[in-house]
Order: sequence, then C-alpha cells, then structure tokens
Amino acid sequence: MATLQYDKTGRLLFTKEMKNEYTLLMPMMLPIHFGFFEEIFRLHGYNAVILDTTGQDIIDEGLRSVHNDFCYPALLTTGQLLHALKSGEYDMNKTALVMSQTGGGCRASNYIHIIRKALKNQNLEHVPVISFNLVGMEKNPGFKMTPKIIAQLTYAVIYGDLLMWISNQTRPYEKNSGDTDRLLESWMRAIKREIQKSTSFLPKAANEKFIQIVRDFHAIERTTQDKIKVGIVGEIYIKYAALGNNNLEEFLHNEDVEVVMPPLLDFALYSLNNVLVDYRIYHKGYIKTTVVKWIFRFIYALQDKVNSAIANYSDFRPMQSFERIKELVKGYVDTGNKMGEGWLLTAEMLELIDAGIDNIICTQPFGCLPNHIVGKGMIRRIKQNHPESNIVAIDFDPGATKINQENRIKLMLATARRNMQSTSCRIPALETGKQTV
Amino acid sequence: MKHVGVDIGSTTVKVVVLDQQYHILYKYYARHYSKVRTETLEVMKQIRSLLQNEPFTIAITGSAGLGTAKHTGIEFVQEVFATRIAVEHFIPTADVVIELGGEDAKIIFLTGGSEERMNGTCAGGTGAFIDQMATLMNMSVPELDKLSFSHKKIYTIASRCGVFAKSDIQPLLNQGAQKADIAASIYQAVVDQTITGLAQGRRIEGTVAFLGGPLTFLKGLQDRFRESLDLQENAIFPEDAQYFIAIGAAMHSVNSTATSYDDVLRRLTDAAHAKTTIETLPPLFSNKEEYEAFLHAHRTDDVQYCDIATYEGGAYLGIDAGSTTTKMVLITEDYKILHSYYALNAGEPIPIVLEQLKQIYALCGDRIRIRGSAVTGYGEDLIKNAFQIDTGLVETMAHFRAAKYFNPDVDFIIDIGGQDMKCFKIRNDVIDSIVLNEACSSGCGSFIETFAKALGYDIREFTALALRSTHPVNLGSRCTVFMNSSVKQAQKDGASIEDISAGLAISVIKNALYKVIRANSADDIGKNIVVQGGTFLNDAILRSFELEVGRTVTRPSIAGLMGAYGCALVAMDQQKETSSLLPLSQLESFTHTSKATTCTACTNRCKLTINTFEGGHKFISGNRCERPLGKSQKRAVPNMYEFKLNYLTSLTPKEGRFGKIGIPFALNMYENLPFYHAFLTALGFEVVLSDVSTREIYQLGQHTIPSDTVCYPAKLIHGHIENLLEKDLTVIFYPCMPYNYDEKKGDNHYNCPIVAYYPELLHANITSLSEVSYYHPYLSPHDRRAFEKQAFAFFSEHYPITKKEIRAATSAAYSAYDAYKNAIYDFGYKTIKYAEANDLDIIVLAGRPYHVDPEVHHGIDKLITSLSLAVISEDALSPVIGKQPSTVVNQWTYHSRLYAAARYIADKEHMHMIQLVSFGCGLDAVTTDEVRSILEGEGKIYTQIKIDEINNLGAARIRIRSLLAAIDQLKERKAK
Repeated sequence: MATLQYDKTGRLLFTKEMKNEYTLLMPMMLPIHFGFFEEIFRLHGYNAVILDTTGQDIIDEGLRSVHNDFCYPALLTTGQLLHALKSGEYDMNKTALVMSQTGGGCRASNYIHIIRKALKNQNLEHVPVISFNLVGMEKNPGFKMTPKIIAQLTYAVIYGDLLMWISNQTRPYEKNSGDTDRLLESWMRAIKREIQKSTSFLPKAANEKFIQIVRDFHAIERTTQDKIKVGIVGEIYIKYAALGNNNLEEFLHNEDVEVVMPPLLDFALYSLNNVLVDYRIYHKGYIKTTVVKWIFRFIYALQDKVNSAIANYSDFRPMQSFERIKELVKGYVDTGNKMGEGWLLTAEMLELIDAGIDNIICTQPFGCLPNHIVGKGMIRRIKQNHPESNIVAIDFDPGATKINQENRIKLMLATARRNMQSTSCRIPALETGKQTV
Repeated sequence: MKHVGVDIGSTTVKVVVLDQQYHILYKYYARHYSKVRTETLEVMKQIRSLLQNEPFTIAITGSAGLGTAKHTGIEFVQEVFATRIAVEHFIPTADVVIELGGEDAKIIFLTGGSEERMNGTCAGGTGAFIDQMATLMNMSVPELDKLSFSHKKIYTIASRCGVFAKSDIQPLLNQGAQKADIAASIYQAVVDQTITGLAQGRRIEGTVAFLGGPLTFLKGLQDRFRESLDLQENAIFPEDAQYFIAIGAAMHSVNSTATSYDDVLRRLTDAAHAKTTIETLPPLFSNKEEYEAFLHAHRTDDVQYCDIATYEGGAYLGIDAGSTTTKMVLITEDYKILHSYYALNAGEPIPIVLEQLKQIYALCGDRIRIRGSAVTGYGEDLIKNAFQIDTGLVETMAHFRAAKYFNPDVDFIIDIGGQDMKCFKIRNDVIDSIVLNEACSSGCGSFIETFAKALGYDIREFTALALRSTHPVNLGSRCTVFMNSSVKQAQKDGASIEDISAGLAISVIKNALYKVIRANSADDIGKNIVVQGGTFLNDAILRSFELEVGRTVTRPSIAGLMGAYGCALVAMDQQKETSSLLPLSQLESFTHTSKATTCTACTNRCKLTINTFEGGHKFISGNRCERPLGKSQKRAVPNMYEFKLNYLTSLTPKEGRFGKIGIPFALNMYENLPFYHAFLTALGFEVVLSDVSTREIYQLGQHTIPSDTVCYPAKLIHGHIENLLEKDLTVIFYPCMPYNYDEKKGDNHYNCPIVAYYPELLHANITSLSEVSYYHPYLSPHDRRAFEKQAFAFFSEHYPITKKEIRAATSAAYSAYDAYKNAIYDFGYKTIKYAEANDLDIIVLAGRPYHVDPEVHHGIDKLITSLSLAVISEDALSPVIGKQPSTVVNQWTYHSRLYAAARYIADKEHMHMIQLVSFGCGLDAVTTDEVRSILEGEGKIYTQIKIDEINNLGAARIRIRSLLAAIDQLKERKAK
C-alpha cells in the first residue's frame, strides 16, 4: 500500500503509487461536461469518480463539516465529498478527493483547505486532497496536468457546451417527448468512445463531429411554438449544479420554458483572460500574454467552427463570441474585476439581453461577496439601459426554501409572459463571423 | 358568469366571488392556522348556494397556494401578478403599489418602466416583523397600533432583521423610553425597509396604492408611510385592500375554462385528504419505553428545597436581573432553596427587586441571616448600587458556578432563554469561549411561542404535541424567517401540527448547534453538558438536543433560575459574615427616580439613564466610558483606535491649482487615506473628506444599496458619497484596489472583493454620480512603478499633469503612507512599554482598518479602555513578526496581519485578542477559525465580537467581561 508522504509545509501528497491504488472522488457540477472529464482522467490512468449523489444528507454533512458562514458551494462540495467518502462504497485508505482551485481573491480559493479541515476534524487526515488547477498551485507527484490532458479537457468543454447549448434549444420544443435526451445520451456515449480512442481530438475530426451533432439535433421533430426563454447566470457552481440550485433547470422545464445556460468555455476564457488584464493594469507577465494569446487563437478557431456548424446546419441560436462579451461589459465593470465570476457575470446578463433573452435568473449563494458587486450590484444599471430586461436575483443556501425561490421565479415568469404577449419578437444582433484576439 | 379568486397567504386565506362586472358578491378572510387545504375546502362549502347553479371560473394565488393549485389542477397565478391585474382595473391612477403581507413584501412600479419586486432573503419590513416586535413589547398588534398615534419622537431601529431591531428596542425599553415612541419607531423601520430593501434606489413617487393585511388594518403604519414618502392625498388605501390579490386572481381566471361547483369541490376534497411527501426526520421518541426512560433520566437533576418558615441559620441571596426577566433565589448553607422568584420586569427591575426583598426579609424574620448577596445580568450595576449588593458578576460566571454545582466536571453550558442564547465551553476550569446568538441565528424560546400563538395554540399544549410526532418536518436551520417559510412549505404540503411542532423544536436545536455554536461533532462541544434556560424546560427541546448531540445531558430542574442560583453560590463562596445588602428599615424608605438623557461628551451619543436613590445617591447607566460619570480619568489609557482616527482626521485640505477633490472617508480609506491625500495634494488638488461616519450619514445613502446582505462598512460608503455631493463637490475620487500593499506576510496580498471593486458598484447605483466627475481607476500601490504608470495614464487624460509631477507626487504619497505606518508601530511600541510600566493588560482589538470608524465599532474601544485595558490594533504588531505558516490560503493583506498578530500575542501573558467581525463578511469565516486555532493552540482565549449597524454593546460587554473574568481566574491560579 502507498505510504503517506508530505511536502515541506506538511501537506499530504498524492504520490505516483497512489495513482495506481487510489480512487479519486470529484464533486459534480455539469453532468455532460464532467462525464467527459471523468473519462479523460480514466484514460490517463486515474480511477476517477464524479459523484452524482444528491439529497439532504449531503447538505447535513456540509453543515456539520463547514463553518456555516462559508458560502453554500463550499458546504455542498465538501458535503458531497465527505458523504461519499464515508458511505462505505470506497476504501477510506485508498481514496483521494479532488477540488478545483482558482487562486483568485474570492474565498473560493479556500475550498481545498476547508475540505482538509473537515477531514482533520473527523480524523480522516490520511485522505489526500488534490488541488485541480491550471496555474501550478499545490503540486502533487501523482497528479499532473499534462498539456495533453489540458487539450483534451478543452475539447471536452467545447463538446459539452455544444451538447448543452443545442439540447436546451430542442428539449422544450420536441414533438416526441424524450427525443432530445435520448439523442444527448447517445452522443455522450459517442464522445466518451472518442475520448478512449485518444487520437480523434484533432481539429478536423472535431469539426466533423460538430456538424454531425448539430445535424442530429436539428433533425429532432419540433414545434414552432414560441416559448419563453430564460437565461441563468450567477456564481458558477450554483448556476450549473442542480444540487446547488434546487434543480432549477428541471423546475423551469416544467414551467414550459426554454433554458439558456451560458457555456462553460466562457468561464475558462475569462480565467485565461485575466493574464491579459494583469498585463494591461499591472504591467506584469508579458511573456505569459503571448502564450495566452496563442491559446485564445486556438480556442477561438474551435469555437468558430462550432458556431459555423450551428449557422450552416441549423436554425439554432449560436453562442456569443468572447470578444463580443468583453465588449458588452464596457461601462459597467472593468475587466480588471476578476474575483469570483468577476466581470463575466455582468457580461453574461448583457450577453443574454443582447441575444434577445430578456428574462434572467441571477443565482448566487447567500452573502456571495463578488456577487454583491457584479451580480446584484449591476442589475439596477442594466435595467436602466435595458428597460425590457426582466431579471430576478435568487439566493441559495441551506436554509432557503424552494417555495420562496420558486415564487420569485414565478413572478419573473409571469412578467415574461406578459412581455411576450405585448412585444413582437426582437431580432437579435449576432455576429457569427471570425473572432480575433 | 361568476369568477372566484382564492388567495392563500402565509397566515390567512382570502376568497372572493366576483360577478361579470367585477363587483364583489362575496368575500371571506380568515387565518388558516396552517390547515391550508381543509380551510379552503370549508370556505368553498359555505358558498355552495352562490356557485352551484352555473359554471364559473376560478384561480388560486398566494405564496402558500402553489401546492393546492398543483394538486387540484386549478389555475395558479403569481400573487404580485394578480395584484397588478386588480390594481390596473380598480386604481388606474396608481403609479406604485406597495403590498405588505404576512411574510412577504412587494412593490410594483406601474409607470415609468414597469417593475415588480419582492423582498429578498431577509424579511424585515413584513407583517411577521411587526408581530415579532409586538411580542417583544408584550402587547397585541392592535394595541401597538393604537399606541403609535401618541408618539412624540422616532428612534432609529434597525429594519433589516428582527434580531437587530430587538437589539435596538430592548435598551430603549430598559432606559424607559415611551412605548408610544417605540411603537411608531417600529413602523418607521418597516417604512425604511420598504424604501431601502424593496425599492432599492428607485424613488417611490406619484400615486401610491397600499395593499395587504398590515397596511389595511394598521392605521399607524399608514401614517408613517404617508409622512415618510410625503404623499398626503397621493396615498391610496383602498377599501378591501386585503382582498386585492384574491380579486386579481378572480379576474385572471376569466380567460380560463369554466368549471362546475361540484368539480372544484371534489378536487379540493381530494387535495385535503391527500398524503403528500414532505421531507421528514426521525421522531423524537420511537416508542413509549424511550419516553419513559427519558423522563426517568432527568428526574435526578433536581435541587432540594427547604422550608423558609422553619429554617434557622445563614442564607445567601442571588439576583439575576435580566433584560426582560428578574430572577431571585435565596439558599441555605447546604445549597437548598429557601425562596425563589421569577417574573417579567417590563424593563424596570428596581420595583420588583424592592418588593421581593421586603418579602424575603419578612419571611426570614430573626431566624435567617443573609450573609452574602450577588447580582448578575443586564441590570447588575443598577441593582448592585441601588441595594448595596456585595458582589456583581458577569452572567457567564454566574451560570458556570451554578452548572458546576450540578455537574462538577461540566465542560459545556448552553442556555436558551426566550430571546437569547448563550453557550460557553469550560476548559481547565476556566470559561474558554463564549458564543451568543446573533442575526441569522435567532431561533429561541419566544420563537416557538410566537409560532404556537400564530397557529392558535398555547405554548405548553403546542410543545406537548411535539412529543407525539411521528414524522417531524425538516425545517432547516437558518433565520427564523426562513423557518417561517419552511413551515409555510410544510403547511402547504399538509404536515400535521404535531410534526410541525417537533420540527420547530429540532430546528431550534440545529440552529443552536450548527449556526450559533458551529459544532463539528457531538464530541466537539463537550462531554459533560449542562443545559439551562427556560426554553429547555420544554421536553421536546431537551430531547431534540440530546438526539442531536448523541448523549444524555444534565438539565437542572431550576433550568430557568441558574443565573440567580449561581449568584447565591458565589455569595456563599465569599464566606462573609454579613451582607452589605440594605436592611429592611432602609428598604421601607427606599426611593428611586430615573431620567433619560443623551451624553454629549463624544460622538457615540450614549443614551444615559440617571438614577437617583434615596438621599440623592446617584447612579448613571448606559455609558460606554467614564466621561459622563464626571470622574476625572485616573489615567488616560492608550487607545490606538482613537489615535488612528485623530491622525486621519487631522489630514487637512490644502488649496491647489486643480480645485477640490472629494474622498469618501470610509472602508479602505481608513488605511489608504494618508497615501492618496499626499498624492493628490502634491498634484495640486484640495482634498476634501466626507464627514466622520454617523448613523445619519448611513441613512443618507441607504436608498442606493443594491444588496442588503453586504457588510455595514460597505453600506456606509453610499452615505459618504451623498455627503460629498451635499458638499457640492464636482470631483470625487475613489479608486478600485484589487491588491493591497505587499507586506510579505502571505502568499499574496489581495483586498477582499468588496474593498477591491465597490467603487464600480457605487458608479452603477448612485445616479447622481453621473452628474459629477467620479474617478474610480484601478490603482495598485503595491507596485510603485505600475502605480506611476496607472496614475499617469489616468490623470494625464483629465489634467495637464506631467510624468515628472506624477513621480514627485508618488514619492510624497509613499512617504506619507510610511509615516502613518511608523506612527502606528511607534504608538504600539509605546503602549506595550506603558502597559508594562503601569501593570496594565493590553487588548489587541483586531479586525480591519475600517473598524476604526466609530460608526462601525460603536465605541467598543472606549468600553475596553473604561475597564482599564490598553487598546492597540493588529497592524501595530505585524511588523515585529514575519510570514506565518497557516492552514488556510493566506493571500489577503488584512488577514496576514491578523494571523501575525495572533502569533505574536499567543505567548504574551498580558496581551489578549478580541477580533471584530463585521456581519456579512464572508472572508472572516476563514480568518476567525484560523485566528481561534492560533490562539487556542497556545492556551489563549479567543474572543470574537460581531458588529453591524446595531448600536448596542450589551453582547460585547458580556464577552469582554467574561474574557477579563477568565484572565483573572487564570492569574489567580498561577499565583497559587
């Protein structure tokens, strides 16, 4: 069995030996994307498990283990990890936990320490906690982010985004109930198989897949009925994770609404963009910026392919380009606003409105610090500049009840229905041409 | 065709039947006592004759109506939307609608960009808030309303949260403020909350229609709205205002398909009888044997009694003068109770204690001699002075002493009273950490009582029901208002009263454990637990607690009298021959008058009560410091908070070529001001500061705060901006600073997101800022070269400024900053020397630079110096210690200082730390645990004080005095 090794600060390391023996538990956020991630990690020899557990027990575990003034995502992710660890399903001596870390000025940077503290309090200090990040924090000999893994994860994000994006556009309109989800599942299986082949992640092969995906979804029989479209923005975990937002998507789906979920790639690009911003404001890291610009070009090229597949083979709404998003936020917050979701959160609201989606739910954990500013703090100005916008801010935390949240969302929906009756459809101004850095 | 609207709110159900022309044919209004579906069914049965002959349309609305609508398949319409439909038809002239309900508050702007909004997660400003306050005032809501008419003045009462409001009201009551004034002030708080929490910066103008129960029935509330919004005849209080939502629902139903009476009745009947799935918990007792065993286990913790009529010998008196109740106990030399007393004091403890003392003397006769007396609680000083009690002690010590009697190994005490919760740990026979309930952790005894009343039960009856519950409802564990809505949800789902009652008991305990104490595990809190306080006399609460911590605890039979009993024991410990207590003869002629006044010696404006006793003997209470007592201070104890404030306010404006520039004197400017003041002055600006914070300044900007859960220091800036605008400044400077100075003590040197980006929020929310030049560039003084570039790029765009000038100004800025820091270090060093020379202890009042703002700390520094302790801040110590290892990400400059200071004092016998934490500071969830573990790792006591807009230091005083008592105990033991 692997021996426990520590670095010089006393942190328990995840060793190469452990890689062979241990199971890696990761909290769930987005089922499509994270399903691909799991597959990629497995391909590289990690026994990764993305937890799809739900229920009150997870919240209770979080309440017991995490300082209750800490934000809800910390409570849920820690709760989900510890709940699984103690479930009896995994060998506690051969399991490690994985948590993402951004290193920014939001308290989310501390999640990993919160988990360690909780483990220590429960005498589980021997369980290694791995920081999943792309900036080189907390290195582990047995867990390395190779360029290949990063490239594959990038593809996984793009595939995940495309599937999420267009399946959301067919599900509410499908004539045969279940068509969308059946197709989605078959494509998820197909992409996972692709991942196993490990050679197919080449731009050209990917492009063909994009087109096939778009065509397949476009072929789903749909009604032409106009439905209310609701965009969801907010703190990243609460926005995406059903566990965090009380199954918000499902609720909206039952309300006969088309859900618009901004792509995960935007958050990745936003994080990357901070390198450029740091150079602009603090004049630091010129060399990094050239690398980052190169990465941007690479990703933009892929995203352009996705969007042209959408434009050429379907009537689906394309995704907004990142450059356009950056443009939209001017006059609200500076792109130097980079803690938590930072300027991107404001931008996502503007991006939705720009695409003609006026109804927005801004989700955040109760007391979320960056959200005070970029979420709730910007709604007034957005409404001033876009009187047609219909935004509701919803707080999530262990004590918040579904009924109060739903009631406020229902108010937003009632307004949306009235607006839909009174105004004719606006044609959104969208640019789908090539993007430049 | 007729149209029916059913509005099922959080506490009431309203039904209307309209004819084709929307005339009301029938209306019904009643409390549903959580039996939502049955009650709705009953009403429908009553109007059979009206509806059975022809088809009609029907819709349900209301926050508790959703479940019923879903289950019956009857059309549902969101209540704000329904309101809008009704208002647009019946009050076409309305521009704005304000509707207050039981637990919701709503505002609808109809003209000038329509907008609807509901209250957020904090539910100040609702009917429930008024109910809660009326309970606190010990009167019914109609009584409160009537009283409010005779008010003469309005006090400021925190409006966001019932707990905050209570903290403001209790001292007012105790200081003898007129109840009429308080009643009107409570209404004013509701109005303020509507303006700030609901309207959020949008002005309420034009014709305003007021709807909902509270605004229909409470005339005093109507007055406050009319006056505050300056509406006069533009305020419309329509007839049937409480039915408007139901009317809207009926009107909405016009478009749906008609239905028959029998069909609706059948659907409702099905719904009323349907079992729904609710998230439930295991029952308190799974069988009768368990219950018997439970009863048996708690029979042993009884105290013995002795007949006062026959006893001869010495006796000891203990008094617990709490803020709402007075408790007294007289015990024998062998700890038996001779006499006990418990009563509400309505804020006036003196007459009650006087009466009781007379009675006790009468009962004692010549047989019993009172050898010692001690007093604790809110009225400690007052009672001690009035009756010449031997000893006064802080509550925690009294409770600890009593608990030790019942369990000598006690290591954890939890006291849940009607309104307060106190928990403390005992380590090495010393009180180690104290936790008191605060906002967001407010569920106490009176909470259950209020609920029982609202549901139509007596409290005893209600809690007895809990013991019979089979499936307690899971109600969550945050604020009571959240619990309210959880109950609403349970009601909606058809939970039984038994299950709701048990659920409430469990949630009060969960709240205490996970929200107040923040226990990680049962063992974490202690092995020998003593529970006390009136609330624990409730078996359901006790049982919930035991189940949750997984062990049997000690509940003394005198759980409600423990403070007084502890005092009596302390009096006995002192082994006096005779008590100094006033003898009966002097009690006979005892007189007492009190007068309320406001101290003007400093900006804290303490509300003083001057008590005059027989013979002109005076006692002043309510003061934070020694000044109003007229005593010349024996020695000026060093106070770094005062020093810093004086330093910063002495930075004066100098006329310059570019004219005036305003800086809001708030948040990070409490540290960055010397830097920017010097920088801008050197460039040629006349730097004008906003005034030092006051409650009035806060109120100036209250209406532009978009997020009501942000910290108070941030909220204050809105007022400072308004203050600068009032000074006619046309240029305002407030830079964004994501990074702080790098003091090389952490892995990075961030500011928190609020300090970093709040300037952008101000820009987006204060509309008048667009009429002036509001400069909020990103600046980073941590990197001099980058700063020069940023500053040049920004200022040269607006002013003819050269690079050279920027460089010179930057030099001046850094020198000024260094000078300020050096002055702080120097003051810290001198204080330490002074304390050594004068045998003083030092309190490191740790927090963030802006805690120096007197409106943020509310005078805690002076409270500490008045107890003869020197005060320094954490940044005075940080230079003497380098980077520290930590178990958290140490990447915020302010945090690094906290950790460094905690390390520094951890082994210093005469230095102690009190950490100030602003409510809503998410980052302090990280720092408090870390600072605590640093201090406790070295055997130091950790004390935390949470601060917000409330200006009441009661809880702070208990914490500080308990800390001092613990320090003394430690010292005494060392001396032995």
